[in-house]
Amino acid sequence: MSEVGTARVRVPERAKRGEVIEIRAMIEHPMESGFRLNNVGKPIPRHIVESFTCEYDGREIFRATLHPAVSTNPYFLFHTVATVSGELRFTWKDDRGGVTTHIARIEVSAE
Amino acid sequence: MTILQRSPPSPLSRHGRGAVTRRAALRALAAGVCLLAVPPSRAAPEQLAAALREAFGDRAITPGKVTLELPKLAENGAVVPVTVSVDSPMTERDHVKSIHLFAEKNPLPRILEVQLGPHSGKARVASRIRIADSQQITAVALLSDGTLWSAAVQVEVTVAGCGL
Repeated sequence: MSEVGTARVRVPERAKRGEVIEIRAMIEHPMESGFRLNNVGKPIPRHIVESFTCEYDGREIFRATLHPAVSTNPYFLFHTVATVSGELRFTWKDDRGGVTTHIARIEVSAE
Repeated sequence: MTILQRSPPSPLSRHGRGAVTRRAALRALAAGVCLLAVPPSRAAPEQLAAALREAFGDRAITPGKVTLELPKLAENGAVVPVTVSVDSPMTERDHVKSIHLFAEKNPLPRILEVQLGPHSGKARVASRIRIADSQQITAVALLSDGTLWSAAVQVEVTVAGCGL
């Protein structure tokens, strides 16, 4: 299984329990729409990231379904409520069987 | 007919008839490639209506609750920042389940869908999208009570279409 691309993720290192945190995630990917033609007029085959998910402490907290109209190097900003210290697992899947996983940690303190 | 071309040559006919024709042909070809890159679309509102029907069936979509932030003028249609937020307390009883983005004139009207829940804390999502041509972008939010809310923004695109 190949990699989708290089992931860049921003998650706060620390948060208070109950705090709404901001998460940013980007992956390097051409997001080739399938509508472009190459220099000899042949369509360039579609190659896109189809799904992006974020799991926090084993529970899915965000899921995106992407279509060709998402820009090159897909980027998402979203939020979640800090509940427990633990792992945030980010997963991107593309339409050629590529999967990239990135893990970030967060320390959550009592209020 | 060459005999008729004795008048001072215009800049375009400098290289003779053959060159002009070839240049014109190349230009036409370039324009053609550009047009071909985006398959002929149906009328925009119809395409949007079809996409909404496909996603939500015949359920009513009410304008409101959703805020869609997009630049009014996007210089580069290939990378347009977008932020969608929904007025929702994001509790177990009352939260946003999903947000859907549509472009009426893109070759494929669906842009992206995201799934949220009470654990999101805040119904606000940002991304970057491609807009093929100046057009209306629509965001639809599905709430936990099953109602659908929307917002639409008209975006003018300076460099568009071909780069999609």
